[in-house]
Amino acid sequence: MLTLQVNGASHQVDVPDDMPLLWVLRDVLGMMGTKFGCGIGECGACTVHVDGKAVRSCSLPVSLVGPRPVTTIEGLEGDTLAGGVQQAWLDIDVVQCGYCQTGQIMAAVALLKANPHPTDDDIDQAMSGNICRCGTYRRIRAAIRNAAGAV
Amino acid sequence: MDQVMLSRRQALGGALGGAGGLLLAAMLPRRAARAATRIVEDPAGPFAPNAFVSIATDDTITLIMPNVEMGQGIYTGEAMLIAEELDVGLEQIQLEAAPPDAAYTTKQLGEQATGGSTSTIATWTSLREAGAVARTLLVQAAAARWSVDPATCRTEGGTVRHDATGASLTYGALAADAAALPVPKGPIALRDPSRFRLIGHSQHRLDAAAKVAGKAVFGIDIQVPGMRVGTVAACPVMGGVLRHVDDRAARQVPGVHDVLTIGNAVCVVGDHFWAARKGLDALVITWDEGVNSAVDTQTIYGQLHDALDGPAIVAHVKGDAKGAIGNAATRVEAVYQQPLLAHAPMEPINCTVLVAPDRCDIWVGSQVPARARDSAAELTGLAKDQVHLHNQYIGGGFGRRLEHEYVTQAVQFARQVKYPLKIVWTREQDLTLDRYRPAYVDHLVGGLDRDGRLVGLSHRIVGPAVVARWAPQALLPNGVDDDLLAATVETPYDIPAMFLDYARREAPGVVTAWWRGVGGTRGVFVVESFIDELAAAAGADPVAFRRRMTEGKPRARAVLELAAAKADWGSPLPAGVGRGIALQYVFGSYLATIAEVEMTDMGGVRVRRVIVAVDCGHLVNPDQVVSQIEGGLIFGMSAALFNEITLLHGRVQQENFNSYRIMRMNEAPAIEVHLVDSTEDPGGIGETGTAAAAAALANAIAAAGGGRRRRLPLMGAQA
Repeated sequence: MLTLQVNGASHQVDVPDDMPLLWVLRDVLGMMGTKFGCGIGECGACTVHVDGKAVRSCSLPVSLVGPRPVTTIEGLEGDTLAGGVQQAWLDIDVVQCGYCQTGQIMAAVALLKANPHPTDDDIDQAMSGNICRCGTYRRIRAAIRNAAGAV
Repeated sequence: MDQVMLSRRQALGGALGGAGGLLLAAMLPRRAARAATRIVEDPAGPFAPNAFVSIATDDTITLIMPNVEMGQGIYTGEAMLIAEELDVGLEQIQLEAAPPDAAYTTKQLGEQATGGSTSTIATWTSLREAGAVARTLLVQAAAARWSVDPATCRTEGGTVRHDATGASLTYGALAADAAALPVPKGPIALRDPSRFRLIGHSQHRLDAAAKVAGKAVFGIDIQVPGMRVGTVAACPVMGGVLRHVDDRAARQVPGVHDVLTIGNAVCVVGDHFWAARKGLDALVITWDEGVNSAVDTQTIYGQLHDALDGPAIVAHVKGDAKGAIGNAATRVEAVYQQPLLAHAPMEPINCTVLVAPDRCDIWVGSQVPARARDSAAELTGLAKDQVHLHNQYIGGGFGRRLEHEYVTQAVQFARQVKYPLKIVWTREQDLTLDRYRPAYVDHLVGGLDRDGRLVGLSHRIVGPAVVARWAPQALLPNGVDDDLLAATVETPYDIPAMFLDYARREAPGVVTAWWRGVGGTRGVFVVESFIDELAAAAGADPVAFRRRMTEGKPRARAVLELAAAKADWGSPLPAGVGRGIALQYVFGSYLATIAEVEMTDMGGVRVRRVIVAVDCGHLVNPDQVVSQIEGGLIFGMSAALFNEITLLHGRVQQENFNSYRIMRMNEAPAIEVHLVDSTEDPGGIGETGTAAAAAALANAIAAAGGGRRRRLPLMGAQA
């Protein structure tokens, strides 16, 4: 039995040590906002925060999380900066199919928490691990700039 | 819009957000789908004058979306069409996915399907009429209640008002009365476009709030009580079958419950995906791979190139093209090759099924829900109305969900068990067992007169006929797949003489399928590359050459001029930088696309910016037109630059995003989209950007000194 800190709450989970955090979140805790895209850390759809840093939950064995706090898209409610990022997404209608967008938003929030005024290169560097097949990159970049301007 | 009403379905999914465990009330249908009726029963409201509008006495206004939302913004666009005529605000409505029902068959596709950039074209009139009929009946009901002339009543924000008396009633209060009135026969007056409140004015997407909050429910997110999760290994060689599976080790994996087999695949079922995945990895499977294990990529290309000579079906003749080419001052000739492509939507293939003795429930994102339902009925022996398909948001369609073989597969596994079974494919399964965009080879010959004008064009297309498998009744009587005529016969140009023939070659070892842009993506690359080659042979500027060919095509000419002006066409560029243009008429819309690329060290290409001018007729949601062009271009550029599915010994070699490269943010160019105001009927838009990408890039690379590239992907080997 492992104890996980997710979105401010403590969860006891009886899962194999090597089970990636992604599947614990989705199939054990029922938090479906974090998405499965590739399983090898190549697409970023599964991005969550561990200790405030963006990580690929599909490739992180749950036993390596330890007591560090995990934040998922469901845990952003009430976070002013994250709310600003989500609003920036809505203001310019970033989403299309939306499947990758929770991972994109988690990556963007982690970026802005570490670097409130990123350059375009900073944005590219932080966001290029996240694939969007709908091709919303231009709007993601613009939304991050807008959110940064509002910080 | 600040507030978005979520449908009950979405709200239910959202409420799950922070909840623990696999606890969710089954999303069983609230409404039976009744085939072949125009009225869809909806217990939510007594007033449902057609299959698209339902108004409850509590003022809940539900719009039933005939097309599935997979990113293209159709939920918002179609809601705008209905709401415009119903005279309600978008914030007042709830949306629901249509069930499989003949009421949602479209003329364009001949069935209930979302694809081919046809949704807005198909519903532009019918959904406005649906809203207008509902509004007319509500006004009649109010007028009768007040004993006044309906013409003296008006509607506003979901209320009928009679200004002279100050009377007003909400639609909900009138719903029961309106339901008793006969639906008017004959044509119904639609609002004059000059009075549109919504149509033509950009509206925020109705699905965005749920999507940025992680509350939108995609097929893969469905949770049903008692559900277990399975993942699949199918024979990696198409057509092969399962010979033997040793599942002893798999059954020892903690959390594994079942190992199920069908003719060509094995499914391991677990408490969660990880148990299923580990169980799958522990299987020892022996396949009988069959004849396709001899197929390599070169087998496919070889057959296509061989068919450049020899018999072919004549698909289109205008004038004497061969004679004109024979007498031409200059003859230009080129062969182009395009590869197999995967769809690779972000949401891997999945389907959740519960088979009971007297009913079957399917939760899935499908572009063809009626096909999927029919397939399940056939497999289970249930009647169609005992199969309940609950269509979900799709995490990227691109044509992949026009196939339903994964639904068939899921039903085959699920009928072996008593619990709801969610099948989730690994990305490896998704990429190696996709149904692929075909490979094609085209041979074009053109003749120029002394003045540098195109006098005749001869064009042979070699490739499969996707339609012959997907909708055999739609194959033309002469054996031509008319998807191949897109962008090749229907061009933006006046071409005085043309001869087009088609040699059909079905690719061994793969199933070929529709892919975003379909014939447009296929055809624009070859035709627009060749137009540039003709311009070069004529010593003409590519825009000037096209300008001369569009004298009788004002809409094509207008987008050409607009894009050229916005891109500052002709202005000097640094060495190693070039602009390329593609002009197209596909899906009923005109686009001119100018790409600006830079050749980098090591033979790479950087796309600096792309400028697009679009005339897609009447704009419904202008910002979403822009969004579709932006995204369509990225999708098309990703494929044009990088993508090719290859086979070795019958097995697809690209297994995940580390070997199937997708364009990323650091590679994505700036994109400017310029919209032309138009009062023409709407054209399609979702696939037009994709169709433009390869030709614009190939032409820009040639202009930048990177050479004429006639094989896709552009960054692949050229010989």
